Amino acid sequence: MYKSTIQHLSYDFKTLANLMAKATPLRSGDFLAGVAATNNLHRVAAQWTLAEVPLKQFLNEALVPYESDEITRLIIDDHNSPAFAPISHLTVGDFRNWLLSEQATTETLTAIAPGLTPEMVAAVSKLMRIQDLILVAKKCRVITQFRNTIGLEGCFSTRLQPNHPTDNPAGIAASLIDGLLYGCGDAVIGINPASDNLEATLRLLHLLNDVIERFQIPTQACVLAHVTTTLKAIEQGAPVDLMFQSIAGTQKANDSFGVNLSLLAEAHQATLDLRRGTVGTNCMYFETGQGSALSANANEGLDQQTCETRAYAVARKFNPLLVNTVVGFIGPEYLYDGKQIIRAGLEDHFCGKLLGLPMGCDICYTNHAEADQDDMDMLLSAFAMAGGTFIMGVPGADDIMLNYQSTSFHDALYIRQTLCLRTAPEFEQWLQHHGIFDAHNQLRQQTDIPHVFKASLQQLKNSQS
Amino acid sequence: MTQPKDPSIAYDPWQHLNQFTSARIALGRTGMSLPTRANLDFQLAHALARDAVHIALDFTQLTQRLNQLGYATQILQSQAENEAMYLQRPDLGRLLSLASLADLQAQPPLAVDVVIIIADGLSSKAIEHHAVSFIELLLPSLQTKAFQMSPLCLVKHGRVAIGDAIAEHYNARLCILLIGERPGLSSPDSMGIYFTYQAKTGISTDADRNCISNIHSNGLSYEQALKKLLFLMDGAEKLQLSGVSLKDETTEAVGSNMMLPIF
Repeated sequence: MYKSTIQHLSYDFKTLANLMAKATPLRSGDFLAGVAATNNLHRVAAQWTLAEVPLKQFLNEALVPYESDEITRLIIDDHNSPAFAPISHLTVGDFRNWLLSEQATTETLTAIAPGLTPEMVAAVSKLMRIQDLILVAKKCRVITQFRNTIGLEGCFSTRLQPNHPTDNPAGIAASLIDGLLYGCGDAVIGINPASDNLEATLRLLHLLNDVIERFQIPTQACVLAHVTTTLKAIEQGAPVDLMFQSIAGTQKANDSFGVNLSLLAEAHQATLDLRRGTVGTNCMYFETGQGSALSANANEGLDQQTCETRAYAVARKFNPLLVNTVVGFIGPEYLYDGKQIIRAGLEDHFCGKLLGLPMGCDICYTNHAEADQDDMDMLLSAFAMAGGTFIMGVPGADDIMLNYQSTSFHDALYIRQTLCLRTAPEFEQWLQHHGIFDAHNQLRQQTDIPHVFKASLQQLKNSQS
Repeated sequence: MTQPKDPSIAYDPWQHLNQFTSARIALGRTGMSLPTRANLDFQLAHALARDAVHIALDFTQLTQRLNQLGYATQILQSQAENEAMYLQRPDLGRLLSLASLADLQAQPPLAVDVVIIIADGLSSKAIEHHAVSFIELLLPSLQTKAFQMSPLCLVKHGRVAIGDAIAEHYNARLCILLIGERPGLSSPDSMGIYFTYQAKTGISTDADRNCISNIHSNGLSYEQALKKLLFLMDGAEKLQLSGVSLKDETTEAVGSNMMLPIF
């Protein structure tokens, strides 16, 4: 039992899960779940109480029962005690102080990561302001590799997302070329197929593979189909660079996605066996997002931010190249407005980085949320300051297949220019070599189509005349 | 904003790629940023999409259009009583209101193979523009299969899972739900179809459904959508399931004029 008395009012929080939920900064999804604090004082009382909880308590009190949830079993069974030792005496409140102090360096943060559980990290984030989330995340360094190197200091990558409502190859190729000519696509060239169709997935996998091989682009491709579809594609000999799957933080939620740990392990192994990476073997791409567990009626009484962080335990089991929190996609019933979306994006980034994950953020919103481009600019700027690993690159920020607004090629250029950030080094070389970037990594003024695509596009023009 | 050439703007020499997609490509730039015209284009589209969310579906008109084609209809409502509640409480949008449940239960029992549900969802324009035309195409092909059908159920403030309760009431094997998808900037009127085999309230999950999305004038055609749906229905009847284990393996014929001849 967790109790506190504040302003002559006493509060009882029956379980650690309950305490975490009440301590969470306000968001619509926790009201929807019926787990939110009833008022501001209630929330702050929970935060005071949570600050006094020893980190060790998270190893003794599972938020979802060990017996019924394989993610809880994963978290407990894979916990690394020696890594935890240096901070094992701290409370959640002390942990915040420690993280912000000079003791927490890139090296110490990397060393303790395997000793942290998602719940410890979620707990401390609930006591942090946005500047804390930025400052600590900025100290973390997570580097992953497949055909290039992602996450180096001073680098900021983009997923090129050339979606098309009918998976039309010409439509996809047009957005793809536009993105490459704007310097986008070092994290991955990733297409969301319009329907989970094996034929379409195969066709898109071959299209992306042909582009990457023909133009010798040091990046990787991904078609974001369900893991079972991509496994079928591998069986048929398709060129799969990255295995994709959406994941959530409870076993029940993953059941509703049609996945579990053993299926993910099978998918991971099948992709590793293809040995398509040239500089590294990180071959998984996961997407997550606050609210996904509740939307499957599977939040197990947890708040959505704690659920989200538990999904990172699943992700880190498989050494992903990329993890992407799709922060504003799910809608206003989970994150109501720009303010809630901004904080959620920065929390997810902080929590993922602390757990050792290469965190990107799909900085996005839907048209039924109370948000607009100004809110996205705020999150983009804060996310890049926090050392975010990658964002999406969608033509004009308008995804014509998924019907939502994300970040654009121009947005990536804005943030790179403002904060002097660079693309992955291998990709940067390719951009310079083909005259897309100049020697100072600025987009070159083009009076003509850069040589690399000129012959192809000329052929296209001729074929039409 | 002066046309055609503003010296501050770097125009992209690949603007002819625009013919292949409605995506916002080859926008050019001023410095590293979006030129004024492209920026205002975006703001205009956002304003239209925002407004589209808030326009209510005209159920009376929809009923009349369907009845004129000879199709029986009934209007049902979810437990979300108004739009604000609908947006913030998807759980209520998945449940039939007590009045609607009572309406269903008052009807004489009917054993059917298929229920078809039309829900407003997040875009009334999607249903207004596409539902009737699609139904006109779909119903004749179901009739050739000699399927028994309930009246078309039109649901106010409905989410996808509300179909489960309706299918369960009719003991229907096949549940087809047409719904307005969240409006995008370029497609404020996109319709989706969700198909569930033996839908049951509280038992069917998203993994048990197949989705055919992006049905609108620049997306999937009614014919393409119908082909996919019929394929899924046949597959479901054979496998006795729907969802992630039922793959949509229809191959679309892609005309040579649709291929960008460079890869």
